[in-house]
Amino acid sequence: MGETERITTDLDDHIPVALEVSNLRKTYADLVAVDGISFTVRRGEIFGLLGPNGAGKTTTLECLEGLRRADAGRLDVLGVDPTNDPSRLNKLIGVQLQASGLPSTMSCADAMRFFCSYHGVEPRWDLLEAFGLLEHEANRYDELSTGLQRRLALTLAIAHEPQVLILDEPTAGLDVASRTELHRVVRELSDQGTTVLLATHDMAEAERMTDRVAIMLRGQIVATGSPRDLTATADGLTKVSVRSERNTLFDDLDLPAVVQHSASDGYAVVFTADIAATVTSIIDALDAAGDPLIDLRVERPSLEERFLELTSVP
Amino acid sequence: MTAFVNHLGFEFRSGLKSATSMLMFYLFPIGFYALMGLVMVEINPDFAELLIPSMVLVTLMAGTLLGLPAQFVEAREAGIYRSFKVNGVPATSIVAIPVVASAFHGVIGSAFIASTAGAFFGAVVPVDWMAFSLLTVLSAFVFGALAALIGVVSTSGRATVLWSQLVFLPSMLIGGLMLDLELIPEGMRWFSKLLPTTYAMQAYRGLAFDSSTVIDGPMSAGVLAAGGGLAAGLAVALFSWDRKNATQRFHPAWAVVAILPYLAGAFLT
Repeated sequence: MGETERITTDLDDHIPVALEVSNLRKTYADLVAVDGISFTVRRGEIFGLLGPNGAGKTTTLECLEGLRRADAGRLDVLGVDPTNDPSRLNKLIGVQLQASGLPSTMSCADAMRFFCSYHGVEPRWDLLEAFGLLEHEANRYDELSTGLQRRLALTLAIAHEPQVLILDEPTAGLDVASRTELHRVVRELSDQGTTVLLATHDMAEAERMTDRVAIMLRGQIVATGSPRDLTATADGLTKVSVRSERNTLFDDLDLPAVVQHSASDGYAVVFTADIAATVTSIIDALDAAGDPLIDLRVERPSLEERFLELTSVP
Repeated sequence: MTAFVNHLGFEFRSGLKSATSMLMFYLFPIGFYALMGLVMVEINPDFAELLIPSMVLVTLMAGTLLGLPAQFVEAREAGIYRSFKVNGVPATSIVAIPVVASAFHGVIGSAFIASTAGAFFGAVVPVDWMAFSLLTVLSAFVFGALAALIGVVSTSGRATVLWSQLVFLPSMLIGGLMLDLELIPEGMRWFSKLLPTTYAMQAYRGLAFDSSTVIDGPMSAGVLAAGGGLAAGLAVALFSWDRKNATQRFHPAWAVVAILPYLAGAFLT
């Protein structure tokens, strides 16, 4: 894979940086897990790390969480070096780990009291209620379903109102309702100024939730940008499908900016580099031919398609 | 301080809820105590002098050495310590609190033995209860710290059993629990002095029971305290949040340093 593909975004440069990763490198014996990556996340932003298994997402997050020591590079979380100042870091960040656990005999209420006392804050019973855990407050951790365990982990991660929230595969194992609730809470936290860094496999989730993403492959970042900008740049083309009463377009698809055209299921399909010019000329052509328009679809490639394109092994 | 108390309370309650802990802290040692009180004192009347301190030490060892190390390994492998770390629980608390909680359980079991052995089995009771109590707390700390050290450096549950039995079994056989150090053959005595129970028994005899000793009472208590302190320090220094992501400051082999106070005791006494 070549150099990182940088997509311009409309990020406000005046917003201070919350999190900065600069030339991070981490190896395990001969395996290079993270190979000199750099990115910044601004305050209040929801930033996603996407990538296939083994891309280095979790290693990157764990270096930022202070769980692993980087071999090289600089990490900065709100002015704190995660490796050298773990006690300050823990006050600033909330973490939901991909793989973690609690003592089997610890109930939801115990966990809330336990971790809040270490963070020096009052237990947040309101959060247990918001995440539907209040009715399970006396249940032991090993009695909770996977979904409830993950909800509890998220509740504990945000109980001390951290300025940066790091989520590793936050919706893995969650049902649709819990997933939606989690998206709502994360968006709400972001609106209140919390910076969110999340690693996920779920492209729909990344597309829906994040302001920007970095796509990782084999320890490197191969593209960064907003999901919208990333998808808009897939081959630089947008698919336009047109259906009219007499299908006159089938005979003449010589339209501006169109690089490919075909017919499929009663639709004339064109791939264009300039949506506005192409759509305008389609409408003009149909008008001129007196052929009433039935349907017109403009489809951008999904983030998943873009992800597969970027991470496919040549 | 609130966090420490909260954590300690949780650990103590967990011990009460855990069948393994109840077995190791209460059922096994008290059953063993009853058996030894009924049988051993009949066979060897001199054992009445050893019954209370030896059964207290068996209680403390069973609860710590046979139960605690596996808890450390299981918690580490289950990712519990990772959760603790990212939520700001310091390593010192993770190591110290289970030791303190197990010491509480051990002291409760010990109190039962010490308060009933005289009446039930005609055991010789301490002449200095204060010294007895302090030595019991010290012994609980020593075995708790050793158990934590074993748990911290062991890579699996099997390894904890191996290391724990390496201390537990010789202690039962030549650690002064069944036979006073005086009666252990000369050639074997040097090896006895590598075991914490030997110093604990000598300290009990010299300081709490006012009996004759092979090793001076205060000296024994000093060796025991040094051994406990060193084991606790090593347990904190060698602690790792998880095995895979280990960023340990020292190699686990440094754990053998914990034997130094006993080695010094063996050479000096």
